Amino acid sequence: MVLDDPVKREAPVSRTETPWHHDVKKDDLRVIGKPIRKVDARSKVSGLTRFADDLSLPRMLHMKLLRSTMAHAEIVHIDTKKARALPGVKGILTGKDLPIPFGILPVSQDEHALCPDRVRFVGDPVVAIAATEEEIAWDACRLVEVEYRELRTIGGIHEAAANDEPRLHDYGVRGNIHRLENLEFGDLDDGFQRAARVREDTFFFEGNTHMPMEQHATLAHFDKDGKLTVWSSTQTPHYLHKALARTLHPLPAHHIRVIACPNGGGFGGKSDPFNHEIAAAKMAMLTGRPVKIALTREEVFWCHRGRHPVLMRSRIGVSKTGRITALDFESYLDGGAYGSYGTASTFYTGALQTVTYAVENYHFRGVRFFTNKAPCGPKRGHGTPQPRFALEVQLDKVACDLGLDPAQVRLDNLTPRDSLTANFLRIGSMGLGACIEKVTAGSGWKQRRGKLGRQPNGRYRGLGLACSSYLSGAGLPIYWNGMPHSGVQLKLDRSGLVTAFCGSTDIGQGSDSVLGWIIGEVLGIDPLGIKVVTSDTDLTPVDLGSYSSRVTVMTGNAAMQAAERAREIVAKGASEKLGVPAGRLVFADARVFDAEEPGKGMTFQEAVCAAEARFGTIGTVGSYTPPQAAAKFRGGGVGPSPSYSYSAAVVEVEVDAETGIYTVPKVWIAHDIGRALNAAVAMGQIEGSVYMGLGEAMMEEMAYRDRSHKGHRIFVHKIPSLLEYKSPTSLEMPEIVTYVVEDPDRNGPFGAKEVGQGPLLPMMPAVANAVFDAVGVRVDEIPVSFEKVFAALQSKKEGKDARFGPALDASGVPVVDFGESLKIRTPWQGGDGTAWNEPKRDKKAAR
Amino acid sequence: MLRLPTFTYHRPKTAADAVRIASEHGKDAMYVAGGTDLYPNMKRRHQTPAHVISLAAVPGLNTVEVQKDGRTSIGAMVRLATLEHHAHLLEHHPAFAHAVREISTPLLRNMGTIGGNLLLDTRCTYYDQSHEWRESIDFCMKKDGAICWVAPGSPRCWAVQSSDTVPVACAMEAEVELVGVEGARRLQCSALYRDDGIQYLTKKPEELLTRLVLPAPGNWKASYLKLRRRDTFDFPILGVGVCLWFERGVVVKANVRLGGAGSHAIPAVETEKLLLGQELTDEVIAAAGTAAMKPARTMDNTDQDVYWRRKVAPVFVARALAACR
Amino acid sequence: MTEPSKVLATFTVNGEPHEVAFPPHKTLLEVLREEMGLTGTKHGCELGECGACTVQVDGTPILSCLMLAIDAVGRQVRTVEGLADKAELSLLQHAFADLGAAQCGYCTPGILMTADALLRANQDPTREEIKQCLAGNLCRCTGYLKIFEAVELAAARGRGEQREPSKESIYGS
Repeated sequence: MVLDDPVKREAPVSRTETPWHHDVKKDDLRVIGKPIRKVDARSKVSGLTRFADDLSLPRMLHMKLLRSTMAHAEIVHIDTKKARALPGVKGILTGKDLPIPFGILPVSQDEHALCPDRVRFVGDPVVAIAATEEEIAWDACRLVEVEYRELRTIGGIHEAAANDEPRLHDYGVRGNIHRLENLEFGDLDDGFQRAARVREDTFFFEGNTHMPMEQHATLAHFDKDGKLTVWSSTQTPHYLHKALARTLHPLPAHHIRVIACPNGGGFGGKSDPFNHEIAAAKMAMLTGRPVKIALTREEVFWCHRGRHPVLMRSRIGVSKTGRITALDFESYLDGGAYGSYGTASTFYTGALQTVTYAVENYHFRGVRFFTNKAPCGPKRGHGTPQPRFALEVQLDKVACDLGLDPAQVRLDNLTPRDSLTANFLRIGSMGLGACIEKVTAGSGWKQRRGKLGRQPNGRYRGLGLACSSYLSGAGLPIYWNGMPHSGVQLKLDRSGLVTAFCGSTDIGQGSDSVLGWIIGEVLGIDPLGIKVVTSDTDLTPVDLGSYSSRVTVMTGNAAMQAAERAREIVAKGASEKLGVPAGRLVFADARVFDAEEPGKGMTFQEAVCAAEARFGTIGTVGSYTPPQAAAKFRGGGVGPSPSYSYSAAVVEVEVDAETGIYTVPKVWIAHDIGRALNAAVAMGQIEGSVYMGLGEAMMEEMAYRDRSHKGHRIFVHKIPSLLEYKSPTSLEMPEIVTYVVEDPDRNGPFGAKEVGQGPLLPMMPAVANAVFDAVGVRVDEIPVSFEKVFAALQSKKEGKDARFGPALDASGVPVVDFGESLKIRTPWQGGDGTAWNEPKRDKKAAR
Repeated sequence: MLRLPTFTYHRPKTAADAVRIASEHGKDAMYVAGGTDLYPNMKRRHQTPAHVISLAAVPGLNTVEVQKDGRTSIGAMVRLATLEHHAHLLEHHPAFAHAVREISTPLLRNMGTIGGNLLLDTRCTYYDQSHEWRESIDFCMKKDGAICWVAPGSPRCWAVQSSDTVPVACAMEAEVELVGVEGARRLQCSALYRDDGIQYLTKKPEELLTRLVLPAPGNWKASYLKLRRRDTFDFPILGVGVCLWFERGVVVKANVRLGGAGSHAIPAVETEKLLLGQELTDEVIAAAGTAAMKPARTMDNTDQDVYWRRKVAPVFVARALAACR
Repeated sequence: MTEPSKVLATFTVNGEPHEVAFPPHKTLLEVLREEMGLTGTKHGCELGECGACTVQVDGTPILSCLMLAIDAVGRQVRTVEGLADKAELSLLQHAFADLGAAQCGYCTPGILMTADALLRANQDPTREEIKQCLAGNLCRCTGYLKIFEAVELAAARGRGEQREPSKESIYGS
């Protein structure tokens, strides 16, 4: 039996308290939404922003790392005698000097600053040398002799699945399986039985990297009082602080100060604590001199933590009108050599499918392998672009099978606002429908899709649509604790100066400015007049970092709270002076005045003075903790977020069918941002996401050289350079039509949701779908390279499958025993968020 | 930061002085023009000359002269950016000017010279890597190692000719002027190159390339078509240089050179033969293009898939031929 | 390794002569940043593959990572620190600030120096000319569009037009 009406899936949602600000009318806002300059705009266009490598200190030493030349080997012996003898060399560290392991997640403390006994990829650091000149340190590294005993290399997903030995790590599930997840929501059999059409597809998404323009750099200084200061290009100073405190034991944590410099691009690539940061700190302690390390571009590729290569198999059941009745999704992640954020990455490959479309019954299986590659981690979209690619291409195929409009199929499947998904994610505002309508109207989707065909220049044009969603900050911190995710302190000065202190880190996305805008709006003052002090663990309250698109919502809410508290104090002071009830006072244009008699008031500075005279020195704090997640099953901690952003994109391609070469002349993109705190800056994030998504779609990949030579296996990144790791240039950029969709969310400051990552997600599937529309071939792999389009066209010409992608059988996706699934009843089955077959467990461990 | 190794810097005032210094130091000396090829290589320790001889102060190498016989003589130190905008070249040698414009980026063309581009080191993704990276593959025969990773059984190096101007200059039968210890000599551009990734030049190390001389306009037409992933930055992974001589619409002589497809600009001999005595009809062009698949010795040492590069070579050759219509 | 002997040279940087001592193998990038403290000029690869280190020499934008400092002696070097007129930002800098064309700001100095040279040569560049001009400067944040728009905005203002950013470029369509 085919049901067209989805099961009633509205479930009661416990609402968080509704702050006043999310439904403020746009016209009532004076700062929020306006295209005000960023607080750091002037310094950035003047070359005055000081990035980590721009810093230097007297007597500073330069450090270099000697890195492994082997993909997988035991370290037999390290001889540093010759290096030590080189004039100018001041310090040498090896693994035994830094024996305590670290890692971003408490469950995978599997890295060492310098490998003590084993190297796991070409680029793994082994020795650190500091010298008076960088050249001397480099020369000294060449004098170090390292004897290796080669181990079998695990070169990728299939090899890791087939070879339990040698294990890269002695922890994990088994063999080289790092994580294995198996979650089942609802009744899959029933869902597939009710489907009018079931299709199964396999996809592959090759790894790619962040490629920030700034190469990571760190400066460490250990002063004579025994205090350590580390300046670094990190997105997560708090987590770096924790890693330093751990690895430099017994140095007390409160003797360590981490200052995150403005990041010259991060995109997730500077979110882990890194070897070079810890080694530089230790070297500064060893030598008693400041130590700087600035990585080369090649070393940035070794740091990586980028997009996981992921093989996927997706089985989808749909009704005859295209309603999704069941989704059975498997992902196989190539994690590289270390854990990094990989546990979260694995869950993220299964978490957000339900956030865009109401999947009635959902089964997710995910496995992450350890391999001898540079470690993968969080890149813009963290774990979700790969399954998003698979799902959006599969939906396109479904629509094609059923003769339906792919846009309509999506509109018919939208996850309802204010609902719980099958996997217990709490949806608030939901503007995906509006996004789809914008981009389809703008691109002339209805009239032009499938009809563009051959152009006068002999090439073929086509349109492709895809949608996506992303979280506005992870609901849980990296390490389990009950403390806030973000804190803001405000100091109000009798000069009228407001200083905001916050641990958040500006990586170019404008998080420093977010503080200014929100505080400026609440206090009615010029945001450019606010002093913003950020990302200094000595001075600023903890913010977890610039990752998972969390800053606008979390730091923003903390700033809002601190500013509202400050406003209350100032209002009381002004109220007494003016004889106007505090509740009637308006803060605007740097004045505090009576709403009923605007002439009656005082300047903001006078109001601050009045309040200071009355209450003493003015300082307030604000903090933010995300709402409790609805999911209570193991693994349910990854996916929940205060709110979800939505994006839809239509991409137009032009394909040269003789060669497979194609271009992207135009993109229409709409993003539901909740509310744009600053439209111009939000536009910048959307356009930047389109750019980066196009890079992933068309060309970027972490390719490896795999050669054998005299019984030795060479396995190394093929192209670790800006020239050969291909990224789009000014000439590849298409025309972009951007729509900022505002559907304010009650959990966001002024209703804001994220914008930094979400708009990247639809680009890759939209490109693949557009290629299909243009020339009728499917490339089920990212990147959709010219070669793959050509191969699919050849295959089509020869009457074979008009497709390029991994095989449907075991040669495409390996066979892995996922064990028994955790079974969770969906909200519409009356589920309470727990797994009914889950053994009783410690509540903390659940996280 | 990647840094240069130390060296002694010379800036001779005449070509003869330059040659003298070079011959004095033999293998320890290298010339530098724009530095855009040499300095990256030195930073990656491909070349570590103890003596770097700058040609910046050598007079007469900065000019573009149209000779009385209609030929255009270009000094080796003329910047690529100058050539791409040069009115005479744009009018009379558009294919050459186009090839220059296809080189790398505008910033690099502001620095790089035509002499440097003609002598560009051959490239290979096993070679154009840092010292550390090459250490991880135990190096290769082009520098510090024993084997060619592209073809491990091969006694030779397969690094790729990657200049954009060489295929078209060779096809046009341009000449180059060299100054050596015994004075100046001229030779056909194509005679400057050898089919070897290491010894890719026929000139003696101390011989100084001083000029490129383009032929006078006549009954010929040239074209250059480049395959690469992006429209900037990238080296050619196929660069088709074509020059066809016509009489009454019939091809009487054809030079087709494939750059980026081997260690020198490979003559597509079969293609050339097929064109002789023919008009450039669609059929002739298609057949001539197909014949170029064989000589293209694409190897897995550049960007993009080796088989794809070979398969699309005929399309690019055909399009380059069509551009000569 | 013996420390190579230094040369003492006088540079004109941003219109002012500076006497600096450095070994001859040092690039202009190294000398600007490390000997003169002009860290506004950035580096992303040191191989001429990204454009982050772009400065102007005699008005021409070049890659300072591939030019020996000694070859810049006697020539006019201009860096991002020299773009503003005293405390007043240049029109180009203003336009970049107005449009958020600098996100992380790391490629920005190089892009500003390239675009500044373009605007000196061409007061009314087309979008295509701007794209071509910037085809040697990688940016990883912006997707280049805000940069193109900022160059156009600065050009218009440079021609004396009263121009503000278009509504589409700051609020979307």
